[in-house]
This record gives sequence, structure tokens and C-alpha cells, in this order.
Amino acid sequence: MSTAIITFIIDGRDVSAREGQTILDVARENDIPIPTLCSLQGLHPVGACRVCLVEIKNTPKLLPACVTRPSEGMEVITDSERLRQYRKTITEMLFSERNHVCAVCVSNGHCELQSMAENLGVTHVRVPYLYPRLPVDATHARFTVDHNRCILCSRCVRVCDEVEGAHTWDMQGRGVDCRVITDLKQPWGTSESCTSCGKCVHVCPTGALTEKGKAVAEMVKRTQFLPYLKTMRESWS
Amino acid sequence: MIPDELKAITDAETEASAKVRCRLNVCMAAGCQSCHGDKVLKALQAEVASRKLEGVEVRGVGCLGLCAEGPLVLVDPEHVLYQRVQAEDAADIVAALGGKPVKRLVCSLETPFFKRQKFIVLENSGKINPERLEDYVAHRGYEALATCLTERQPPEVVAEVLASGLRGRGGAGFPTGLKWQMVAKAAGPKKYIICNGDEGDPGAFMDRSVLESDPHRVLEGMALAGYAVGADHGYVYVRAEYPLAVKRLNNAIKQAQKAGLLGPSICDTAFTFNVEVRLGAGAFVCGEETALIASVEGRRGQPRPRPPFPAEAGLWGCPTLINNVETFANIPPIMREGGKWFAGIGTEKSKGTKVFALAGRVCNTGLIEVPMGITLREIIFDIGGGIPEGRKFKAVQTGGPSGGCIPEQFLDMPVDYDSLAKVGSIMGSGGMIVMDESSCMVDVAKFFMEFCRTESCGKCVPCRVGTAQMHNLLSSICAGTATMDDLALLERLCDTVKFTSLCGLGQSSPNPVLTTLRYFRHEYLAHITDKRCPAGVCNIHSLAEVHA
Repeated sequence: MSTAIITFIIDGRDVSAREGQTILDVARENDIPIPTLCSLQGLHPVGACRVCLVEIKNTPKLLPACVTRPSEGMEVITDSERLRQYRKTITEMLFSERNHVCAVCVSNGHCELQSMAENLGVTHVRVPYLYPRLPVDATHARFTVDHNRCILCSRCVRVCDEVEGAHTWDMQGRGVDCRVITDLKQPWGTSESCTSCGKCVHVCPTGALTEKGKAVAEMVKRTQFLPYLKTMRESWS
Repeated sequence: MIPDELKAITDAETEASAKVRCRLNVCMAAGCQSCHGDKVLKALQAEVASRKLEGVEVRGVGCLGLCAEGPLVLVDPEHVLYQRVQAEDAADIVAALGGKPVKRLVCSLETPFFKRQKFIVLENSGKINPERLEDYVAHRGYEALATCLTERQPPEVVAEVLASGLRGRGGAGFPTGLKWQMVAKAAGPKKYIICNGDEGDPGAFMDRSVLESDPHRVLEGMALAGYAVGADHGYVYVRAEYPLAVKRLNNAIKQAQKAGLLGPSICDTAFTFNVEVRLGAGAFVCGEETALIASVEGRRGQPRPRPPFPAEAGLWGCPTLINNVETFANIPPIMREGGKWFAGIGTEKSKGTKVFALAGRVCNTGLIEVPMGITLREIIFDIGGGIPEGRKFKAVQTGGPSGGCIPEQFLDMPVDYDSLAKVGSIMGSGGMIVMDESSCMVDVAKFFMEFCRTESCGKCVPCRVGTAQMHNLLSSICAGTATMDDLALLERLCDTVKFTSLCGLGQSSPNPVLTTLRYFRHEYLAHITDKRCPAGVCNIHSLAEVHA
């Protein structure tokens, strides 16, 4: 099988991409860091969180690295003052949207939102907190969903649909009223489609989906299964 | 149906209309129906029947334009327009036929409202019965389709649209011919045509009127597009809030299928084209092309990042041509009269005409079609008749929640895509809301932001959280509780949301705030520092009142 190779530039470095690779794929191969939240290797990219936006020379728009495919000679800039400011503001928006209190969170120290904020130098949230009143669904025997910590990245929805094939999770509502739901908004514990595989819990970047019985900072997520599963399936088919 | 058969219909129609001595055209578009135009139609029919008048035809037609003065009745051949007609006026109107018109109801057709317009898209609006295929055919309907199918190759059709310089009427103004060319060149055995009729801007009703007044025109435009790009299936996506438009569109599709103008072997050629209607369930974001496609596919109406553009991978992954209702409505006359003719109208970069829904604080609210390049002043003060009650003009909002507020100093600016963009607004789909001195610009910005907040699909962070945060900030400015820091934060959020959002809804949602900040910053400052609303709209309580 012959694949076309594309040569382009990321942050002044010459890099090459195989057909089908995104800017993010190539950046990762070359150890060029681009922050991401909704993207996860092994899941279909959606370009929703907007923190992986990059500048492309001679293009007025910023483009998400997770879904944008490079073209020959393209010049990509992954880090600039402008991008840093946008990424910071977007992170602050995420913190302000729900009730993220790291100190009491089971995912404290193992949270992708938290570590991204640290890396971006978010020391304060300059956007007013919205403090929505949100429920916690602990009806499932082994897992809990805490909407106060959800960032609506839709990883759980995608892993359940694309990998587990159950499609228990989905999204309801619009705008800030969006919620992840199980089975047409039934309590998770009563879900007939859920296989209790726990994939959603482990792909969740924050403490929104957790295993029961974990205390503060005890919830460590393991996402390694995903690329492994994907490679296995591809080799079978 | 072949060209000869079309001619036979035209001849039969001409013959039939020769027998009609007098025609009473009653506007049956949603505007006039909402003020009992349907009762007027029935009363007139009853009156004509009771008098046993020969050669008098009473019929429903599409939009007559001057919605502010509805229900409207146009009497031909005298060409007398009656306004604010009620069922009780039927006897007087019928009695006056052939003689002196009923003076108290006459609406002058010599005013700039009618004289300054130029009709291409609306050429049949108010002239034909939208529920009859024969009426459309008699007005040269389907002539372009029959001619193109039998005499011209698809690339010639694309070339004609390119030559016309037509730009997308949905808002962004992408050159239509280029889009057609991209889809025509795209590889793939299956391609689709989609007509975007998910008109959702507050105060806009252009697409609704076109679909209600002349549905066959849109179908003909779609079929021509299908022939040009090699698609055999089309969808019209209309919002369910337009029941009359949907009814007439479905009726038109059935008629066209029966007449062999849609379906297999159109005009005895190998060309097949089917059209289906899909109803929108009330989400504004579904007007965004990728969200619309998701909705047609039966999925949650959410946009996805582009590229790939629908022209490469659209509906079910196939190359898809998606154009607005008004864009398709421009196609039949372009094919009939030639792209060169169309390019002769309008300005250098914006060709043809544009339909606007004129609304707000203006005397003549209604549907208008004007050549591109006309000034805002001509639209608002000549055609629109100026501001009622002698009030002073303040701003005009174009492009709905994605557009901006244009102040008085730009009234003499020509209306075209580039000029509007230069002052921070957009052409948009054609909503035009006029505001006078009684409007508070912060309140206006708040209104549009509230709209965006509730219509944001919630997929991307900047639009989902940003619109909610900006709305809260605008609310506190209106309430007089905001500080200068809040204003700085508002500006920072505007910038972030504009440049980082996923789709057009988010990217353009700050426009009403940005333009009002640019032209009416003093009003923001008055709310923040003086705790006062200059227009007297916002209810600001002084601190003393709050503590009392």
C-alpha cells in the first residue's frame, strides 16, 4: 500500500504527514505540544473544545488541529501570544460554566482540565462563575455521574457509541443547558442499554464520571485501552 | 412534459384569462392571512357569486409586498390596490368593479414603495396563484428547465450561473457559480441538492414569502442545479413554523411530479430529479449548513468543523450543493435571460437584487426587492416611508443576530456584501430592522445575545459559555450594576467567541455587541458610569432606591 507523504511546517520545523493524519497527529509524533480536551486517540474527533486551535499562515481563521488535515507547504503555528490568550479564556470559561472545585474533587491531581489550566498558567478565573444547580446521578451500582464537573466534551458519548456500541450516552438540551444523559434521560442505574463496561468513566477527562468508593484525589483514569482496542479491531478487519 | 406541452398550458391559460374581464387578487401570504385575508377572499367570492357576475375571477395570490397595510386586494386590469380590506368591504369592492374605485380603501401604487423596487425573485409574487402550476407555467415557469434539459449541457448551465455573478443569498455571499462548479467537479456517483429554508433571524420572512408566493420557482431552480451538478435528489429544509409555506411547497412538488417536471425522465430526457421536504424542529443553528445536513440525516442538529465542505462531503458523505431559497429563486430568470443580463444589475461585486424584510420602526413594513447598491437611505426613507410619528432614525440592524447595527452616518452607503461587511455588519439573509431614538442600543445587543444564548447548540465551548457570559454582562450593564471592568471583559469575550467558535452562529454572535460598542459606546458608558439609560428603556434603579 503506498501512501502519499505531505511535507509541511509546524512552528518552523519541517515535518511530514502520512495521508489521513491531522495536524495534531503529526505534532504529537514530533513532540510538539498542542493542548487538547475533547480529542482522545481512538475516538472520532469533533473539534468542539477549541483549545487545540492553531494559526495557519495566510489563513484568516484559526483551525482546530484535531480535525484539520495538513496540506503541502502549509505553515502551522501552534503557540503564540494570541493563541495562549484564547486558550486561557476558553479554559476560564469552562471553569466558570459548572461548579469545579478541585480541592474536594475525586479527580484532583488526575484531571485533564486542571492540568491544562496549570500548563496554560491560569491562576485566576476572570470570568464570573455561573454556579448552576446541577444534580448527581449515583443510581448506577458502580459509577457516578456528577454534572457539576462535566465539561461536555462528549468523550463518553463517543466511546459508548463508537467503541462499546451501546450508545447509552447522548446529549440533551442546547447551549449552557446541555447535559449528558443516559437512555433518553433515565437514571443511569435503570439503563437497559448500559453494559457497565466503564469505558465512559475512564475516558472522562474530569471528575464528572467516576467509580464509586473513591475519595478525594483517588480517581485515576486509564485511557490506554482505547488505542489498543482500536488497533486490535483494525487488524481484525 | 416537453416544451410543446408547456406551451399548450400557456396557451390554454391565455385563452382562459381572455375570458376573464376582471380579476380580484387577494393576498394569501401568511402576513395578510393573519389579519383575516382568507375571510376577505371568501367574502369576495360569495359577493361575486351572489351577483352572478360573469368574467370576474376572485383568486388568492402570493405576497403583494406592503404587509403593513394588509389585507391587500389587487384589482386587474384596472391595477387598483386596496389596503386594510375587511370582509365587510366586499360588497363595495365588487360594486365598484369597472367603475370608480372605492376611495376609502385605495392604496396608491405610485409611491416609492412600489416604484423603487425591482422584481426578479418576486417577479411572480402577487401575480400568480401559488397553488396552481398552470399559473406559474403561464408566466414562463419551467421554460428555463425545459430549454436547458433539451438544448444545453450541464457545464453550460454552470457557466451561465458563474457569468451572472450571483452570490449566495443565505448571508455569507459565497459566489454561487463557484459552489456549483465545485459540486459538479466533485467525484462520486451520488450527489445531493439541498435548499436551505430554515430562515430563523428575528424579523426576517423573505424565504417564507418566496415559498408561499411562488414555490415552483424554487423547485425549478433546484432541478436546474441538479442537472448542472449531476444530482438526482433534492431536499428542501423548511422550518416547521412555516405551515403555509410547507403546505404550498408540498402541493407544488405533487403538481410538478404529476406534470412530469419532477421525477424520472423530465422533459423526455434521461434527467431524473426528486424533491423531498424536511421540516426543521425549531433550532436556529440548523440554518448552518453542516448542522442542517446532520438534521436531514436524522441526527442532532449540530455543526461540524469545515473542511471538508459539503461540496466535497455533505449529506451522507456525498458531494452536496446547498443554497438558500432566494438563491435558487434567482436561477430560473438567470437561465432564461442569461447571466450577462443578471450581471448588468447591481454593483460590481454584488449582482442582481436582494429581497429584504423591512421591519421595526418604519412606516411601510413589508417585503421588498431592491437592486444591489441602493442606499440604506433610499430603502428606509423612500421605500420604507421613513420613521413613524416623526421620530428620529437611530440605527438599522441587518443580518439578524449575526449582523450589526448601522448608525445614521452610513445611511448613504450602498447596500452590498462588501460595504456592509466594512461597517461591521453583514448582508445576512435579508432581515432589516429599523430602530428609532426610542431604542436603547445596549438593550438591542442584549436581545440578540439572548437569542444566540438560547440558540447555541452547546457543542463548542466559546459559543456555549461565551454567549451566556456575554448575555449576563449585557444584562448587568442594562441594570446599571456593571463596572468598567465588566465592559473590558465583555470586549475580551467578544473577541474570543468571534475567533474561536466552531460555526458561523458563534463566530458572528458578538457582531451586534461589537457594532453597538463601535458606534454607540457612549450609551454603554452612560449605563455604567452615569447609571442612566439615554433612551429610557432600561430600568435602572439608583443605589438610594435599591437600599430604600
